[in-house]
Amino acid sequence: MASDILVDVKDLCFRRGERVIFDGVDVQIRKGQVTAIMGPSGTGKTTLLRLIGGQLRPDRGTITVLGHDVHRLGRDALFRLRRRMGMLFQSGALFTHLSVFDNVAFPLREHTDLPEPLIHDLVLMKLQAVGLRGARDLMPSELSGGMARRVALARAVALDPTIMMYDEPFAGQDPISMGVLVSLIRRLNDALGLSSVVVSHDVVETAQIADRIYVLSEGRVVESGSPGDLGRSDSAWVRQFMQALPDGPVPFHYPGPSLEEDLLGARR
Amino acid sequence: MAKQRIIEIWVGLFVAAGFAALFGLAMQVSNIPVFQTTEGYDVYLRFENVGGLRPRAPVTMSGVRVGRVKSIELDENTYQALVTITIESRFDRIPEDTSASIFTSGLLGEQYIALDPGGTDWFLEAGDEIALTQGALVLERLIGRFLTSMGQDDN
Amino acid sequence: MTGLLALLGRKTLDSFSRLGRGTLFLLRAMAGLPSLLPRPGLVIQQLYSIGVLSLLIIVVSGIFVGMVLALQGYNTLVNFGAEQSLGVLVALSLLRELGPVVTALLFAGRAGSALTAEIGLMKTTEQLSGMEMMAVDPIKRVVAPRLLAGFLAMPLLAVIFSFLGIMGAYVVSVATLGVDDGAFWSQMQSAVDFREDVMNGVIKSLVFGFVASWIAVFEGYDAEPTSEGVSRATTRTVVHTSLAVLGLDFVLTAVMFG
Repeated sequence: MASDILVDVKDLCFRRGERVIFDGVDVQIRKGQVTAIMGPSGTGKTTLLRLIGGQLRPDRGTITVLGHDVHRLGRDALFRLRRRMGMLFQSGALFTHLSVFDNVAFPLREHTDLPEPLIHDLVLMKLQAVGLRGARDLMPSELSGGMARRVALARAVALDPTIMMYDEPFAGQDPISMGVLVSLIRRLNDALGLSSVVVSHDVVETAQIADRIYVLSEGRVVESGSPGDLGRSDSAWVRQFMQALPDGPVPFHYPGPSLEEDLLGARR
Repeated sequence: MAKQRIIEIWVGLFVAAGFAALFGLAMQVSNIPVFQTTEGYDVYLRFENVGGLRPRAPVTMSGVRVGRVKSIELDENTYQALVTITIESRFDRIPEDTSASIFTSGLLGEQYIALDPGGTDWFLEAGDEIALTQGALVLERLIGRFLTSMGQDDN
Repeated sequence: MTGLLALLGRKTLDSFSRLGRGTLFLLRAMAGLPSLLPRPGLVIQQLYSIGVLSLLIIVVSGIFVGMVLALQGYNTLVNFGAEQSLGVLVALSLLRELGPVVTALLFAGRAGSALTAEIGLMKTTEQLSGMEMMAVDPIKRVVAPRLLAGFLAMPLLAVIFSFLGIMGAYVVSVATLGVDDGAFWSQMQSAVDFREDVMNGVIKSLVFGFVASWIAVFEGYDAEPTSEGVSRATTRTVVHTSLAVLGLDFVLTAVMFG
């Protein structure tokens, strides 16, 4: 069973300045599954991915990826480990000075000594998988947001990673490209034998593809389980989040003095 | 990849232009030492006063440069300036009784040593000393002498 | 009063920590230089955008600075009947001071600001972060080639600047001011020393190239990842480079020609 767990986050604590982002978070990502990390904006979901990738250091707790404690690795070992992780950034993070083709070829050229014809074929295969083989000569500035994200996805899987991490893959997409991305993530996961971590606050789309969902709030995991389990959760908070109710345990109003007090106070 | 090629050509041109400019500066603008680390022989001169003469100043004969000043020191026995000059070896027929003077090129230009050829059939060789020298004219002394002679005329 | 003192203290600590970060950053970038050896293409690409694209402004300014120097110098020298020395005046001013310094200032404005903006934008758009996650060190891949290219481009640009300046001065003096052609060059040649003047100028511009590219890449890498942060960093690059160049020029001049 233990070998089944690719990423094991234990008792994670992380602070940014005075703000506590995580306060004892445990998350496990299992082989072959799509695991979703959900929560309202500002709960540090992206931060969690950066911690897993070793770009940030936790204040307490350990993160084990593929059997390595990420934050005790040396620089070279960390870089070797990262070759087995793919990450899709929210912005896509395509290199603006390179064409679509060169963007996807970038990790291949950096990390392998493959001859150029082979790289050419590999890149076209990856682009074919995301349906953008015909766009290979475009520059990133000529792509729509959804296309850019698909190119970034092709680039992230170029080295055939073991773990794929998606940072808000659905944010700011129109319904069509959202649908494309939803099915792509699931298809790639199953076809390439990946394990995926999806960080998102788009409840409906994420619930469609996730095998397991962790819901974060105020630095803790408040609920976890399959999408069906969460729908039946008896926590008012989880219900508010999953059903997108405007008011509930998470108040509509930012905390402050009451309206009456404020208005009357101003007159004084 | 055609774009890459154009970039490479441009960079090649840029680097070539840089080196061409450096070469131009070396050949046309400066006296590059490689071509004039004066192969020649050293001759000594003593002056009462060298004025503003500096090492590397030109040594000329009839206005043609024949060498350079190598060093300027003080002879502590005679309290004279001991100037070593290097004369290019192709000028090997300079008479031994040649005289030397320190002049200024133009009104404010740098100072140089002018050689005035003598008449003997003996030529200067390495280590020889030119005995007939005329030091630099110091403006203040000249004016002083001029004023004194004016005063004498008045009497 | 205490507020002012606190501000002074904070600014001082701030500059020290920036200096420290900058030095560490420089060391890491230098450690990345050997990894460029098998990939000269990266440096060539940067030599293009830093060097070749700066050529136009360098060429134009060089010629004009030389011509203006000749006109101004002539007006003064002709009073002493020393207009023959015009070539000397122009050549020494250009080779020792104006060539390296003006080139470095133009470089800060043209190439330095572009470097900062480019790296800053790469940071803002998560390109650097993405590179790290692809197990590619952005300091090796992005910063090191730019640093090296700036270091190499500056002396080439400065030499081109000085050479064209002297040519511009030559045209003005001989064609329009009536200085004697032969005297112009011969006086120059007897007064300008290759090692003392030409090479010292080149050494100056090597130092300036190093400092200017360091400041530019560091400001970009250290920029706050917002559009406002990048624009502030770009301004800082130009200001800091100009100040550093002028200050260093004084020190170098004192050491070399003092």
